Amino acid sequence: MKIIAIDSSGLVATVALATEETVIAEYTVNYKKTHSQTLLPMLDEIKKMTELDLAQIDAIAIASGPGSFTGLRIGSATAKGLGLALKKPLIEVPTVDAMAMNLWGTKDIVCPIMDARRNQVYTGIYEFGADDDLVRIHEQFADDIGVVTGMINDIGRPVIFLGDGVPVYKEAITEAISVPYRFAPPHMSRQRAGALAYLAARYYSEGRTVSAADHKPDYLRVSQAERERAAAEGKSENVTTSEKIG
Amino acid sequence: MSEVKILAIESSCDETAAAVVADGRRVLSNIIYSQIDLHTIYGGVVPEIASRKHIEKINPVIEAALEESGCTLSDIDAVAVTYGPGLVGPLLVGVAEAKAIAFAAGLPLIGVHHIHGHICANYLENPELKPPFMSLVVSGGHTHLVNVSDYGTYEVLGRTRDDAAGEAFDKVARAIGLGYPGGPKIDAAAKRGDPEAIEFPKAKVGDSEYDFSFSGLKSAVLNYLNHAEMKGESVNPDDLAASFQKAVVDVLCEHAQTAVREYKVKDFALAGGVASNSALRKSMKEMCEKENVRFYCPSPVFCTDNAAMIGVAAYHEYIRGNFANWSLNAIPNLKM
Repeated sequence: MKIIAIDSSGLVATVALATEETVIAEYTVNYKKTHSQTLLPMLDEIKKMTELDLAQIDAIAIASGPGSFTGLRIGSATAKGLGLALKKPLIEVPTVDAMAMNLWGTKDIVCPIMDARRNQVYTGIYEFGADDDLVRIHEQFADDIGVVTGMINDIGRPVIFLGDGVPVYKEAITEAISVPYRFAPPHMSRQRAGALAYLAARYYSEGRTVSAADHKPDYLRVSQAERERAAAEGKSENVTTSEKIG
Repeated sequence: MSEVKILAIESSCDETAAAVVADGRRVLSNIIYSQIDLHTIYGGVVPEIASRKHIEKINPVIEAALEESGCTLSDIDAVAVTYGPGLVGPLLVGVAEAKAIAFAAGLPLIGVHHIHGHICANYLENPELKPPFMSLVVSGGHTHLVNVSDYGTYEVLGRTRDDAAGEAFDKVARAIGLGYPGGPKIDAAAKRGDPEAIEFPKAKVGDSEYDFSFSGLKSAVLNYLNHAEMKGESVNPDDLAASFQKAVVDVLCEHAQTAVREYKVKDFALAGGVASNSALRKSMKEMCEKENVRFYCPSPVFCTDNAAMIGVAAYHEYIRGNFANWSLNAIPNLKM
């Protein structure tokens, strides 16, 4: 079983070719060029380097959100195009879950944070269970960094932070945290398509796929225009995209 | 030689569109999903909402275009996509999708300029139309007077210095309470009104005989409304719509006429969303008759944003071997 895995949700663009057993290739770039320019050339390079016959691909894994709205759509449209042309399903993997996999095996709790602007982060709180499975203590969500550190303090266990939100919120975390904490080193601290592919392979074996046509990103947030409109009408902000756009 | 079939994708604004076009002339399918209802409550296109809808609709639209054309990807010779100008979020969806399809299907990729597409829409229903000809592209985002000297060769003679003509329609329609989108609403109201009722200034751009400016006209309309309100006078919206529309149409026609004479062309092609405006069509046709120039204008379905026109423009790039590589990016302010 072969998977192409794609994550362009944050500052990093990352693409992998993997089976259940092996990461055949992984290409990760943390550079200022836009994902739109880098993603396909990276996949093309992997294809050439590994002499990949695209007909052998069984599914395309995609970091399905949250993340930069534009970044998510570049990844999603790429995955949807591949799925359409290859007639293969997609595997949606929550962005923050895949990031947590970077720290597989730790006994500490794991807290990936992505800068979500508006003074917020996209995050989730995880641990690795008795059988080393990824367990969600708090499913991925968007909130103020202070709320996140408060939740971790309540759990009361040592924590490791990672993600592109760390440089932005390091000071705020250091000030607010009351449990032992560490920050992941650079090679573990950003989205890695290899980790995404590992989770995706497990989803695939459980039949958790979607059609390329049905896939859309899970933004965790409505658009600014909808938010302002809802506020003007006195409605709660917590309306889902599907309810609003329909 | 068998026909060249191009799968074309267009997502530069609020239409998700895909088409299959053979040899740059024959439309095998032309699927358009319009989001206009989503944006009407906001009084204009909201880029983030448009982008989100594009990602939901793009695969079904492309699949429908392939199915209706009776083609599979193995029958297709190239994948084409609009890469600018337009809204960056919407453009990126089409560009990323087109690149992935071309890559996975082992097909060449062609990046198409949206305005070239609008002009090329004229080839679809007029097999006799060949360059050289003069073209005027008028839409919500663009007002370009273009000399088409050969297939794929475009010389911009004039463009708007501020608002696009279609933008002025939207803003005036909003000011007189006609709603969004302004073009068809003004067109309908103008049919009931007197175009001579109010004399609005014709915008002149001092240093160019071909450039346009519509923000002054728009301000004149808004001032007129303000003055009337202050004096407690009522304004007939139909008369105002008709007079405003005439001011726009007159200046478009005058510039087109100057260009047609100066360049001694025998054919003139109107294009873009505002080319559906009935008064503009009528005046341009009359101008062309007077100048003894053949007049062309696409059917409304090819005036609005569509992918068939992108497939036509792409064909001429295909013939010239002008292909894009995998780093093709969306360029929202792509120059011509």
